[in-house]
Amino acid sequence: MVTCKDFLRELSDYLDETTDPATRAELERHVSECPNCWVVCDTTRKTIQVYKGMEAQPISDCIHTKLMEAIEKKAAESGHSGCCNGNHES
Amino acid sequence: MEGEPIEPVGVPEALSAEVLTVERAKQGDVAAFGELVTRYERRVYRMARQITQNDEDAEDVLQETFLKAFEHINSFQGQSKFYTWVTRIAVNESLMKLRKRKSDRTVSLDENIETDEEPIVREIAVWDDTPEQKYSQEEMRAILNKAIDGLKPIFRTVFILRDVEELSTEETAEVLGLSIAAVKSRLLRARLQLREKLTRVFKRKGDQILGYAK
Ligand SMILES: [Zn+2]
Repeated sequence: MVTCKDFLRELSDYLDETTDPATRAELERHVSECPNCWVVCDTTRKTIQVYKGMEAQPISDCIHTKLMEAIEKKAAESGHSGCCNGNHES
Repeated sequence: MEGEPIEPVGVPEALSAEVLTVERAKQGDVAAFGELVTRYERRVYRMARQITQNDEDAEDVLQETFLKAFEHINSFQGQSKFYTWVTRIAVNESLMKLRKRKSDRTVSLDENIETDEEPIVREIAVWDDTPEQKYSQEEMRAILNKAIDGLKPIFRTVFILRDVEELSTEETAEVLGLSIAAVKSRLLRARLQLREKLTRVFKRKGDQILGYAK
């Protein structure tokens, strides 16, 4: 018998679909019979979804330029060639 | 066709193209390294911003991360993905910033948290159907960032790597130097804490609030 505590403990694996089939079947049965766990499961799934849907904001050109300048400076110091030689063996 | 090796398509193709870019960067091709920067700088910046909770620190982390990656690119073995390798550098730099700024003990990732402690669930309420439509992108971003900022660094970092950056459990464990079990228990607690916070914002008004019997 899966209790609510058991269900919560397994919730992450359940949502990530990494539980073994037998455990999964038991958890599915519990969540279909227990309104509390159904809500917690549903809202946790939505929590993950909204974060996954969050796009990385473009960073400002200024930050990008500063970063590339720092790298080119470092390259010049260490004697790396600044331009592309374009030939690589495969 | 049967028995013949099938050429992988899509992501693996993009990855093998990346291997070549990394090879060029290893030979000192700055333009090739620049391609890698352009590909990943947003994600590195976002991750640094979320861990450090500070724009200035995030900018520093971004710069230090790619400078270190450039300097040490020859020690990148290619067994993991380039992005995982860069992420590891970025996470370390971010945590260092956090420690400096807060001189905060809670920053330690290996802190012995009581993993047996039951995860907390208080708010049990159905959400409005479409919070994404009710709030503008900007408002959404502010709500999500505020919720994440309220987590302890150990939970925040695991959640960001697993659910925002979409690293696997194994990659997250590798990046943070944690066991798989530790990653899993932190992830569960982080997800439940965020669920709790977001439920307070997104719950459908007027519903009867459910609850677990104590
Ligand atoms: Zn239950």
